[in-house]
Amino acid sequence: MKNIPDTQPQPIKDDLRLNYGPNKKFVTVCAGTGCRAYGSLKVKEALEAELKKQNMNVEVLATGCLGFCEKGPMVIVHPDKYFYQSVKVEDVPEIVSKTVGTGEVISRLLYRHPETKKTLFREEDLPFYKKQRRVVFGSNGMIDPTRIDDYLAIDGYQALAKVLSEMTPEGIISEVKKAGLRGRGGGGFPTAVKWEGVRKAQGFPKYVIANGDEGDPGAYMDRSLMEGNPHSIIEGMIIGAYAVDAHDGYIYVRNEYPLAVTHLTIAIEAAREEGLLGNNILGTGFSFDIHINKGAGAFVCGESSALFASIEGRAGEPRAKYVHAVEKGLWDKPTVLNNVETWANVPLIINKGADWYSSIGTEGSKGTKIFSLVGKIKNTGLIEVPMGTTLYEIIYDMGGGITNGRKFKAVQTGGPSGGCIPESLLDIPVDFDKLTEVGSMMGSGGMIVMDDRSCMVDVARYFLAFLKEESCGKCVPCREGIRRMSDILEDICAGKGKEEDIELLKTMCQAIADGSLCALGGSAPNPVLSTIKYFREEYEAHIKDHRCPAGVCKALITYSINADKCTGCGMCIKVCPTQATSGEKKKAHTIDNNKCTRCGACIESCKFDAITVE
Amino acid sequence: MKKARDVVVKTKQIVKKHKADKSSLIAVLQDIQEAFNYLPKEALKTAAKALNLPFSRMYEAATFYTAFSLKPRGENIVKVCTGTACHVRGASALQDKFERTLCIKPGEMTPDGKFSLETVNCVGACALGPVVVINAEYHGQMTMNKVDKIIDKIKQGGAQ
Amino acid sequence: MINLIIDGKNVTAKKDTAVLEAARAAGINIPTLCAHESVSRSGACRLCVVEIKKGSRTRIVTSCLYAVEEGLIVDTKSERVQNVRRLVMELLLARCPESEVLQKLAKELGVDTQPRFVADTDKGKCILCRSCVRVCEEVVGVSAIGLFSRGSYKAVGTPYNEKSDACIGCGACAYVCPTGHIEMETTENKRKIWGRTFKMQTCDTCGRYFAPVDQLKYISKKTGVSLKDLSICMDCR
Repeated sequence: MKNIPDTQPQPIKDDLRLNYGPNKKFVTVCAGTGCRAYGSLKVKEALEAELKKQNMNVEVLATGCLGFCEKGPMVIVHPDKYFYQSVKVEDVPEIVSKTVGTGEVISRLLYRHPETKKTLFREEDLPFYKKQRRVVFGSNGMIDPTRIDDYLAIDGYQALAKVLSEMTPEGIISEVKKAGLRGRGGGGFPTAVKWEGVRKAQGFPKYVIANGDEGDPGAYMDRSLMEGNPHSIIEGMIIGAYAVDAHDGYIYVRNEYPLAVTHLTIAIEAAREEGLLGNNILGTGFSFDIHINKGAGAFVCGESSALFASIEGRAGEPRAKYVHAVEKGLWDKPTVLNNVETWANVPLIINKGADWYSSIGTEGSKGTKIFSLVGKIKNTGLIEVPMGTTLYEIIYDMGGGITNGRKFKAVQTGGPSGGCIPESLLDIPVDFDKLTEVGSMMGSGGMIVMDDRSCMVDVARYFLAFLKEESCGKCVPCREGIRRMSDILEDICAGKGKEEDIELLKTMCQAIADGSLCALGGSAPNPVLSTIKYFREEYEAHIKDHRCPAGVCKALITYSINADKCTGCGMCIKVCPTQATSGEKKKAHTIDNNKCTRCGACIESCKFDAITVE
Repeated sequence: MKKARDVVVKTKQIVKKHKADKSSLIAVLQDIQEAFNYLPKEALKTAAKALNLPFSRMYEAATFYTAFSLKPRGENIVKVCTGTACHVRGASALQDKFERTLCIKPGEMTPDGKFSLETVNCVGACALGPVVVINAEYHGQMTMNKVDKIIDKIKQGGAQ
Repeated sequence: MINLIIDGKNVTAKKDTAVLEAARAAGINIPTLCAHESVSRSGACRLCVVEIKKGSRTRIVTSCLYAVEEGLIVDTKSERVQNVRRLVMELLLARCPESEVLQKLAKELGVDTQPRFVADTDKGKCILCRSCVRVCEEVVGVSAIGLFSRGSYKAVGTPYNEKSDACIGCGACAYVCPTGHIEMETTENKRKIWGRTFKMQTCDTCGRYFAPVDQLKYISKKTGVSLKDLSICMDCR
């Protein structure tokens, strides 16, 4: 048991907080990977050049992801906090002279409410942000993630100082328990119980690990946290390490996230320099350091024992977990493995207290959760909401509803381990237990919205094809079973389904769920079972009628040209790879179904919406 | 084309950088691939000796993790994101278009060594879907039309 | 000693004993494919699954790896267990249609082929039980063969499917293979395995060919015993 040290931790720089006072003028540009792809770094450079040109000593910060990815690049002018979206380099001179210079707002760059048509000035006015509670993610917009000073200025590492000077390890665990924090990676396991297990376990050394493998396709919350606020994760890990008496930590980052690796590396180095990592942290005698491990393209490495195997330098094959990781984890030593978002919640709990934290959320699920809202949704991006917010609020109030005026069909949650939730269940409050009750799960937080042009059988087929590629191949039910289920679904989508396939799939699902070695195989049945449960008619249409009602499965649909709409412009003839379209200029064209491969090139290029899918 | 001796020398340097720690196996492989754009057999053999690990262990990791390629890869690596959000926005039609345009399947390289095609399971830029990453540059809201333009630009030696 | 109940029978076993062994000692047979006495357990085939009950929770676990616990209730033939075994056999039969061992086991368990699973033609008789790889790593210590790739592409073999310099031709892998998938051909003075031909050593005493030269060289290197002293076959010792 560590003694509370006599020396106080060195004071965190107070003067920095004055630097970012309420009246300071500065500009922030969102520089998450998404906005960078939109060219936000060029916008930042242009702003800096223009400010210099106009002789204004105003700082431009490239911040972490703000979440409203649909509207990038985003520029916020402080202190007024005018929120500009879809900013182009051409807009920069005007932004500098008008908004930064004289505080004048530029209407065309503001968000326009889709219904009231009013322009909205600030982040908190936007429907996307209104119902959010961005207690974890919100800090992204206030800092340049490569500067530790920015993090210190927003009370960064205050929680660590408090922990090291005022709290005992048992006290920390008890506070986290009172707060009710549950793992944000998908399992929803009570974090404090895990920490307690490691603290009590025999065996040294102990380890703490952050799981940044975020393999669920469509989920990028962890990516944006690692890129946008790496110190929040590091601080959480140091606190956790202190609580369980670990001195070595690892952050396992997916190979596909190079910017996250860069920002974490910079952050760790900076933390070391400030005496926040390494030997004798803040002069208290507690030592802890963090090492980064990059993944190498294996979804299964998000599973704890596979992740350990990867860090140990082996193929990422899981092993039977009859003895838990808290007793025998990395190198068979007691290990705390928590998701990146879970770690980021820890400083918050220490700073604001368990009572405050547990006042947010539902009975069984406390706090907030960051979700990625993607797919056929108008406002694509990352949102952070209190547990208990309904799916309806998320999809319609924040998400703005379905794109292209189409109809909502289902929302897929929990990634390949989750299921599809139909319209009839949109009123359910989002929390760990409720989502599991309806046959899905929260998973890491991916929410993929689908419309009436998404085929649910194709969705099941897609997930099984994914899992088939990602299965480690160790155990028979997963390696062989998923492959066979995938074959059956491919058959169904190709019009070769058999009457008995649905029942066969259900039987196989039960055995695969029971017999698989790890959760990849164990939860593989979820997408299949949930789509059969809520969308059985679609399966039957594919099998019995050889029809794909959503118009997706290539073998079951035909393209034809609507003669009333066709102007004979010839675009479709130009792009067709199999010369299936033909026709004279200015006369309605036709498609030869024997040659057509339904590749979709003609639909993409037709400006008259003249191609119909049946 | 790297000479065999260069491969051996470079590989030994890489293992030394990682202090010949057996558990750094994956990081060693990542550095080898960074250096040579793929994992040459000679590099794996050298690394095995330098790390004091069986050759089969190196090959096991090299074939388990899809980030690694045992075959030389093209100058320009085209990665089509096939994550769920991109799939729902038409990534598979896009992948077909790349396959037709480049005349290769994922995992293959064009005969002139200019392009390699790969699929990747979500790069985390879902708002821009469908996304294609070419040489670490992200191209969002890709359409089949844009594919021809981009490939032509690269073929003409345009900077990516 | 730990007390538990297996299929309604009271059973006692020493601490750290696997449920599989405890059951077998009590005369209850549980089928296995990937468990071999000479190597560590991997829990890969899932054939030995049992349903356990602890308090109110039931769970399906592999009996080869699950250690006995006080008060544990084990059902080796529950419906869930039978379903898993049936699926595992159906899947393996489809993967290795030519394996007589699998066909015999399937018959014993009362399982037929599932017509909806199209039989593979390229997997031979390998069920990926990993016994060969484990014996080469744990007992022999050369790791000449390994498990490569992932998922349904996973296969056992030498790196690049080429001749392995590390292989000593001992044939331990062929010996532990439950289905006879590994081909080893020993004729007179030669042994062929994993694409390599090994010269066999003659016994100094009786003159019979008895082991590959490379194997003896390896043992000599490991133990310090001279090659000459090792060149006597087991019968003549």
